[in-house]
Amino acid sequence: MSHTPFIWAAYTLGAVVLLWCALAPLARKRTAIRDIRRLIQLEERTRDSDS
Amino acid sequence: MNPGLPAGAAAASLRGAFFALVRRDLLLAFRRRTELLFPVIFLLVVISLFPLGIGPSPQLLARIAPGVIWIAALLATVISLDALFRSDFEDGTLEQFVISGHPLTLIALAKIATHWLVAGLPIVLLSPLLALWMNLPLESLGVMVLTLLLGTPILSLIGSIGVGLTISLKRGGQLLSLLVFPLYVPILIIATAAVMAAADSLPFTQFLGLLTAGLITSVTLAPFATAAALKISLS
Amino acid sequence: MNTNTATQATPRKNAFLLFIHKLGSPPWFYDFSGKLIPWLWLAFALLAAWGLYLGLVKGPADYLQGESVRIMYIHVPSAWMSMLIYTSNGHHGLHRAGLAHPHHGSAGDEQRPGGRRLHAGRAGHRFTLGGPTWGTYWVWDARLTSELVLLFLYLGVMGLYSAIDEPRKAARAACLLALVGLVNLPIIHFSVKWWNTLHQPNSISITGGSSIDPSMLWPLLIMAVAVKFYYAANLLTRTRVRLLEQDLRKGWVRDVAREKAK
Repeated sequence: MSHTPFIWAAYTLGAVVLLWCALAPLARKRTAIRDIRRLIQLEERTRDSDS
Repeated sequence: MNPGLPAGAAAASLRGAFFALVRRDLLLAFRRRTELLFPVIFLLVVISLFPLGIGPSPQLLARIAPGVIWIAALLATVISLDALFRSDFEDGTLEQFVISGHPLTLIALAKIATHWLVAGLPIVLLSPLLALWMNLPLESLGVMVLTLLLGTPILSLIGSIGVGLTISLKRGGQLLSLLVFPLYVPILIIATAAVMAAADSLPFTQFLGLLTAGLITSVTLAPFATAAALKISLS
Repeated sequence: MNTNTATQATPRKNAFLLFIHKLGSPPWFYDFSGKLIPWLWLAFALLAAWGLYLGLVKGPADYLQGESVRIMYIHVPSAWMSMLIYTSNGHHGLHRAGLAHPHHGSAGDEQRPGGRRLHAGRAGHRFTLGGPTWGTYWVWDARLTSELVLLFLYLGVMGLYSAIDEPRKAARAACLLALVGLVNLPIIHFSVKWWNTLHQPNSISITGGSSIDPSMLWPLLIMAVAVKFYYAANLLTRTRVRLLEQDLRKGWVRDVAREKAK
């Protein structure tokens, strides 16, 4: 039987894995920055309410 | 009752400390004699499952005997490993060992030695019976016992590293098998190769040599890793 | 910590040690790796394009395995990669113990999921390739079995890391296990290879034969290097995120977040 579908499958699988690996940290980074910004806002708010 | 380490000059020397600890652990182990039997019974049960599951054909059993006996030995060792540090960890004795003046490596080695005496040696002694059950060819019986004699200490040594790392976890026992089985793979391969070579009247001493080398390496290196693992777990 | 900087005689020695020392500072590392990453991606893209072109378009079909040999260009490099990741993970464990650079721990922790995914992805390759080549989907040859054991080693380290609650302790424990696994890795690899020759199954090697034609060798090597660049870029990206998460409350992270807001 022809090998072509298998090769395509393998390369697609590989590409998907590599793409996911590459993009996942960027999503994490966005969440991290968002959390940090929220933390800063929270602190500034409490600081303003204190002064 | 925890006898602990005896006070006095004997315990101050390294050798004294080592033997004191071995003596103490053996004493503790023999006070719970029934618990000593669990790995033995496990071994017997597991081995007898194979004929039940695959059928009692003597030729088939003879072919798979080396692997089956060794795998059963692996399983029995892993099951008994958790007890290596568990009770000492739970009542705080392990922490006392760590902060005592004695090198933790030595303490680890002493405990591993006891573990082998209590869990590994019975496997070696039982192996002729297991070999008979599995219809292992008689030419390879001696080699079988020898591989177990050389190999089970290595199992205890490498396994103790895993126990050191998982002792502080709630489900440590389950994770322990996952950690330790990949490390056991070479021992399994070499030991079974030796037995199968002996069964076919082929030279087998090179495998025994490898096992001996593995034993020497583990005895010198594993206690350090175990000590480091214990320090991490207790921190 | 590193104590022998800035007091050496020659400026050249000084510069290198200074560089290593600076890498230990999270904000400096963050900046430096941030500048480096785009170049790494560029290198990966160029090499991968070149390698894939040579391998898939220009390269010949193997006389024995036909078109399916082309799988080798992504398969083998990722195989080498996952072993390298494991090795360097253990290496990081060593560094962590020796240099106590915080980023080594973070990098080490980040390597593992990436390595495991690559590895698992490759196992997937094996399944898809195995079908037409061997007639079965799995076979216990030396390479596959060795990879399987490697996968278990990975899972063990990751399992240990996730089982311990406290992050620093988890990192130390995982590093120790990675080191132990690293020491055992050659032993495992060779014993499985040996086991395979003992039991002599009829396995077809993925490269098809003992000697490789240069027209196939070049794309293979290029892809191997390309994958390294991918991995470096990916690892640095992850480590940066991990540093942000770890140093959440520190000033430099706040500055970074404010920068991003602009």
